[in-house]
Amino acid sequence: MLAKKYADEIARILEKYPPEHKRSAVLPLLYVAQKEYGHVTKEAINEIAAILEIDPTDVGSLVGFYTLYYDKQEGKYRIQICTDLPCALRGSEIYARQLCDALGIEPGGTTADGLITVETVMCLAACDKAPMFQLQEPEGIHYYENMTLESTMELIEELRRRAKDD
Amino acid sequence: MTEYILLRHRDVPDIDQLDVYLEDGGFEALKSIIKHKTPQEVIDTVRLSGLRGRGGAGFPTGVKWGFLSPDVFPRYVVANADESEPGTYKDREILERNPYQFLEGVAICCYAAQAETAYVYCRGEFWDLAHELEKKIATLEDRGFLGRGILSSDFNLKIYVHLGAGAYICGEETALLESLEGKLGQPRLRPPFPAAEGLYAKPTVVNNVETLTNLPPIINRGVDWYRSIGTAKSTGPKIFCLSGHVQRPGNYELPFGTTFRELIFEHGGGIPEGRKIKAILPAGASAPMLPATDQVLDTPMDYESVVEVGSQLGSASVIVMDETVDISWVVYKTTSFFKHESCGKCTPCREGTYWLYHILRRIEEGEGTKEDISLLDSVAQGVEGKCLCALGEFSIMPITSGIERFRKDFDARTKDGR
Repeated sequence: MLAKKYADEIARILEKYPPEHKRSAVLPLLYVAQKEYGHVTKEAINEIAAILEIDPTDVGSLVGFYTLYYDKQEGKYRIQICTDLPCALRGSEIYARQLCDALGIEPGGTTADGLITVETVMCLAACDKAPMFQLQEPEGIHYYENMTLESTMELIEELRRRAKDD
Repeated sequence: MTEYILLRHRDVPDIDQLDVYLEDGGFEALKSIIKHKTPQEVIDTVRLSGLRGRGGAGFPTGVKWGFLSPDVFPRYVVANADESEPGTYKDREILERNPYQFLEGVAICCYAAQAETAYVYCRGEFWDLAHELEKKIATLEDRGFLGRGILSSDFNLKIYVHLGAGAYICGEETALLESLEGKLGQPRLRPPFPAAEGLYAKPTVVNNVETLTNLPPIINRGVDWYRSIGTAKSTGPKIFCLSGHVQRPGNYELPFGTTFRELIFEHGGGIPEGRKIKAILPAGASAPMLPATDQVLDTPMDYESVVEVGSQLGSASVIVMDETVDISWVVYKTTSFFKHESCGKCTPCREGTYWLYHILRRIEEGEGTKEDISLLDSVAQGVEGKCLCALGEFSIMPITSGIERFRKDFDARTKDGR
């Protein structure tokens, strides 16, 4: 599946590393898997292991270690709010609470339509622009800074429209 | 300072366009070393400049390069763009706004290290900027500044961007190398150091983004000019990341030796709503907390002076807290961070941060006792000096300094102290 559908992208990734060290491509390939399946499936782990000629366990263990990979399906869009110390000093914990209340979920939870997951995360290197979050979606990760509840709800409406159009 | 040396986009707004960078003297440094200097001469220049690693450790960059195992090839250069220390966001501004100066710095480092391959290890969250950086690298290859036979010489260089996937520990250089090799990002036992056995067990230089961005101006303007900025032992400009309770948080490029007071009150505009300053974390979560006394505020921010008042400068991520802040909560926050980010490889850090977090949470929830405060100290001592890397050592610094210097805040949170 991955090997065929993303042949060009995988070739471009593998080109970066010496052929005898192609295991280095495992993190980039996990992003490809997540783009395809929404999360890292068992099937994807086996496919990546086969491409890189390593044990599936060596692929699977990374999914638990690195925070940007997921082993189960949650919201298509993940709003990951930084509530680490510098952001918390600028009100990000209150902002996160308000957003969860507005969506009727707890931190870590997903909206009833299954579209939006809201999580609190550690420092994202945007401490002067709190409250802020990163939006992780299948296609990538984008920063949203100096946010308010209103601007966030507008973005969520936009994401819902986008999901309908897909 | 009258000009920006690192945050040059603040003087030259479109410097992220190659032609603008070239018009402003871009790649003159690389041209001149390829023409006129041997790799060893470049290493000597950087050593004489006094440049020290900007990632936090402050180790002399030229000395680090000098440790490369002689006559072993291939060699690698890895730019550490895994910027994750709470309160630190300087590398991101460089990468987004002044990327060509950084990339020229990578090329200079590779020339000195005699490496033909470099990786820029960006934290996964820097997805957008990493993709932009790849486009900039492609532009440089098209224009002959990277690739084979650079600027008609026999110097070849490929720079690749590699995305991490969310793990603070990968900022530690040996964990970063493990991660780049496709493994769990866990630190290696040292020695051997990366200069002897780094990426794929080959001699490797790992340098921070800000460090590398200092190289073009050092080559262009010389050692004497560079040493005229900063202090005798902490030379050059530094980007101070100011966050927390200040009017104007942000990155401030200032000479080493600028006082906390000048950074916080002149540049940062002081504390909002006329409140008083209470405490400072000078190096993100990774150094002891300082009470904001006059003595501390008048301390020059350089590697030596901050140690004298009982902390460290680290990556110079200055987090400011005003009088409304309960230091026991601050320590709870920093410890939550380290517990989450502990890689699990060595026991003192994995178990220590876990138990420290649970004691602090008990105190935070109002269930703590006076004994819990001494328990914190005792667990912290069990961690100190016993960890494989600095993360574990860092984790206890806010705790022990917080208890020592702000004991009242802890007592007031306990059952018997309320």
